[in-house]
Amino acid sequence: MIAMKQQARHYKTQLAVIGTGLAGFAASIFALDRGITTSQVGNTGAVAYTTGYLDLLGSDTGNLINDPWKGLDALRRDEPDHPYARITNDEVRAAFERFTSGLSDMGIGYTEPGDRNLMALLPSGVAKPTLSVPRTMVAGIDAYKAGSRALIINFVGVQGFSAKELLANFKSSWPQITTTTLAFPDMESGAPVYAEVMARALEVPATREKLAESIKHVLGDAECVGLPAVLGIHNPDAVHKEMQKLIGVPLFEIPTLPPSVPGIRLREMFEQVLPTQGLTLVPQQKAQRIELDATGVKIHLEDSFGDVMIEAHAAILATGRFLSGGLGTDQDTVRETLMDIVVSQPANRADWHRQDYFDPRGHPINRSGLQIDECFRPLNADGTPVSERVFAAGTVLAHHDWVRQRCGAGVAIASAYKAVEAASKVPK
Amino acid sequence: MTTIDPPETKIYETEALIIGGGVTGVGLMRDMALRGIHCLLIDSKDLNAGASGSNHGLLHSGGRYATTDWETAAECRIEGDILKQTAAECIDPCGGLFVAVEGDEPDFIANFAEHCTKAGIDCQALSPAEAREVEPTLSEKVIAAYALPDATIDPFHITLSNVKHAQQLNDSVYLPHTEIIEFDINDGVITSVLCHDNRTHHTVRIRAKQIINAAGAWAMKVSRLAGCTDVDLLYAKGTLIVSNSRISNGVVNRLRVPGDGDILVPGGTVSLLGTTSDKVDNLDDIHPTVEEVDHILAEGMPMLPCLKDTRFIRAFSGVRPLLQAADAGSDARKASRGFRLFDHQDQGLQNFATLVGGKLTTYRLMAEKTGDLIAQRLGNDQPCKTATEPLPSAGAVRWTEPGFAPRHWYKKNDPTDMILCECEMVPQSAVDEIVESAPGAEQHMTLRAIALRSRIGKGACQGSFCAARVTSHLYDRDVYGHGEGREHMRDFVSERFKGVRPVLWGKQMPQMELAEALHCGLMGLDLTPDDDTENDDEAG
Repeated sequence: MIAMKQQARHYKTQLAVIGTGLAGFAASIFALDRGITTSQVGNTGAVAYTTGYLDLLGSDTGNLINDPWKGLDALRRDEPDHPYARITNDEVRAAFERFTSGLSDMGIGYTEPGDRNLMALLPSGVAKPTLSVPRTMVAGIDAYKAGSRALIINFVGVQGFSAKELLANFKSSWPQITTTTLAFPDMESGAPVYAEVMARALEVPATREKLAESIKHVLGDAECVGLPAVLGIHNPDAVHKEMQKLIGVPLFEIPTLPPSVPGIRLREMFEQVLPTQGLTLVPQQKAQRIELDATGVKIHLEDSFGDVMIEAHAAILATGRFLSGGLGTDQDTVRETLMDIVVSQPANRADWHRQDYFDPRGHPINRSGLQIDECFRPLNADGTPVSERVFAAGTVLAHHDWVRQRCGAGVAIASAYKAVEAASKVPK
Repeated sequence: MTTIDPPETKIYETEALIIGGGVTGVGLMRDMALRGIHCLLIDSKDLNAGASGSNHGLLHSGGRYATTDWETAAECRIEGDILKQTAAECIDPCGGLFVAVEGDEPDFIANFAEHCTKAGIDCQALSPAEAREVEPTLSEKVIAAYALPDATIDPFHITLSNVKHAQQLNDSVYLPHTEIIEFDINDGVITSVLCHDNRTHHTVRIRAKQIINAAGAWAMKVSRLAGCTDVDLLYAKGTLIVSNSRISNGVVNRLRVPGDGDILVPGGTVSLLGTTSDKVDNLDDIHPTVEEVDHILAEGMPMLPCLKDTRFIRAFSGVRPLLQAADAGSDARKASRGFRLFDHQDQGLQNFATLVGGKLTTYRLMAEKTGDLIAQRLGNDQPCKTATEPLPSAGAVRWTEPGFAPRHWYKKNDPTDMILCECEMVPQSAVDEIVESAPGAEQHMTLRAIALRSRIGKGACQGSFCAARVTSHLYDRDVYGHGEGREHMRDFVSERFKGVRPVLWGKQMPQMELAEALHCGLMGLDLTPDDDTENDDEAG
């Protein structure tokens, strides 16, 4: 028998980023910007669950926020423990701008963060505030704002997306919607078709031409066309531009149920582009153990080729919450899963969730997480940093509610920015 | 005295009005329809909204009552045998064990077999090793075990089948969300009943020759509305938890005086562990709590240590209406589990009756006794037929059985029949059939109504994906046409959450986080829609 296991791989790096969600990739982008050698590890993560919209701050106990920057000022006053309370507006803006321009440079065009939130379309037929959106979705935001005559297209065999649902729910605020259902080229049988499969098919020019042709047949007097987010995986802006040219009117995507194409796009792009910019990426694997000593951190994991060890001066925990596995629970307690760092949490399980699912205050468990100092170092129960070399970023942080406050992307990006800044000062 | 009904009043006429769409009411509906009596069934919510929809689905062998109440035990045995013959499709004859562990009361164990024999129940002693061969998840500390012919029954399947059969027999009618406002009484006769449609807000007036109150926990309230003071009920809240997969082959009972956390009942692909029993005064807002769940688990573990690492996906609570017995005191478990039929003659009413108490296993017998009274009052000489007439259970009423939908889907082998609920593999054809022809389909169907008639939302994801998919499907089918689909989705997932909340830990936490990301992040269900002008329109 030949041993299939290769020799253990051992990477030495200045910074280790643990986690491959938005916060982890944002940290790697910011670290590479600073010329810091970086390794990143993490399992698949929750990126594929995103709509593609990048929220900064969209909601305050159920009330929609129009000016997120003013909202941040108010938040620092009302919630002094919120991660945003440790970051200035200028820093948030700089981080957000760098991140969205980075996405655009790497291949997925995003709008520049502005002074006001955009009202972005959701597939349930409501609009929600967000700060930056993929360029492929901009025409929908404009059309909603202007109340333009929009034709929303459904595809035969698509589940969990209904153009008629959009129409019915937008009816009074956007009466000029019409809908139609088309068979996607070469997927006409009526069997289920998946957004990701359609998106990959649309990277082929012939598919685009066939689809554009059938859209043109039903266009009528529509001023713009919306469809589920399927306009390509690797070069969505080019697919979008060409389809738009073929159809002759503005075209926009609407997010769908996960696994959603805008999320898959981001993940695949990060995984493909960042290694060419110097990142050592060990994707699809979860860090199993971390060791700390006076000179650095050692992260241990294992993939199908054998053991991996990353030795770094500093590490950023961007491990996410329950879905990504950064936090775990048993019948009584919330725990941080990698280092068993103390987690700020409600006293009893009975207090984890409120009685009413849609209570506008959100559920207390969603504000559990790691407590940090000004340098984004997670803290022990006595308020001292766990280590001079360990930092935390993203949804694993305590005292924010990424879903209800609509601040997930903003907290991920801004806290990654701050954590990288602090980590860059760790002595080598 | 005459009142002029407002123009939107709907008027119905029938021979017998039945109040309450639990298994008692629907059993009576079919019993009387088989005698040729036309029935109108109403419920303030929907079918099985009370105790009939929140029990463990146990078809008692009688063993559970053998020690404390041998007459009830014998009644269970006889009725269980009848149902196994006439409603086989709703029943899983899985068998059951009664097991004692170290520390359980020796006298109870020693006398159990004799009590069963007295009630005529087949009871076979097993060694602890034999018991663990039957149920490998049993504790090593089992000291005594008996095998009994316990079985399980799908309470939704049986209820839907009874209604459907009554509708087919003589066009008897079922009206959901129709709540009694007042009885018009003239000279000892209820001349008509005024109701409110809780969804359309229309007024409904029903004229019936006979009125039967089968409102379960609400029966005392309804009888008082009719001026009767003879119905006196105790309310006992019971909570159960549902596991993600089936833990045992058959029913597992603790061999001791009935108490909390002492029974595990399989339900197709899942298991149900229960129960608690706590006296409550208020029937509104009954939901399971974290404390109850932890208590049931702690009580169940000595018998089934595997519960410690079992993934639970949901809990639910119901209220048992128990007849107040003079010596019961405050202990709800000691109150009578038997049933009682009030003819209300001594209350001065000639065409009103109340049927309360009893249990799922004896619902047919309860209907028979009540049907006899009503038939006699109506001058109908037809005998009860339910002891021999098989209960048809095909078509739109069979989607509640765990495991049925996937079997059906594989057999049908139609790739265009898309799966809307992946956990339970419910295809769109099931949803279409339910919306088209399940009992209650005459009305606009909410997501909750569809879920009650199927397995939708009952799997591990607890409605994260299927709520959105079914809603989209119904918009596409033009069943929904305004903002009502969104409201139904909000209502459905809110209701689901009440059951999910107390079992959220371990593997269910990521599921919950994903659900909230979808419901709030992607669907924006926590946001007020800017389109709220159409939301009151229920026309669909």
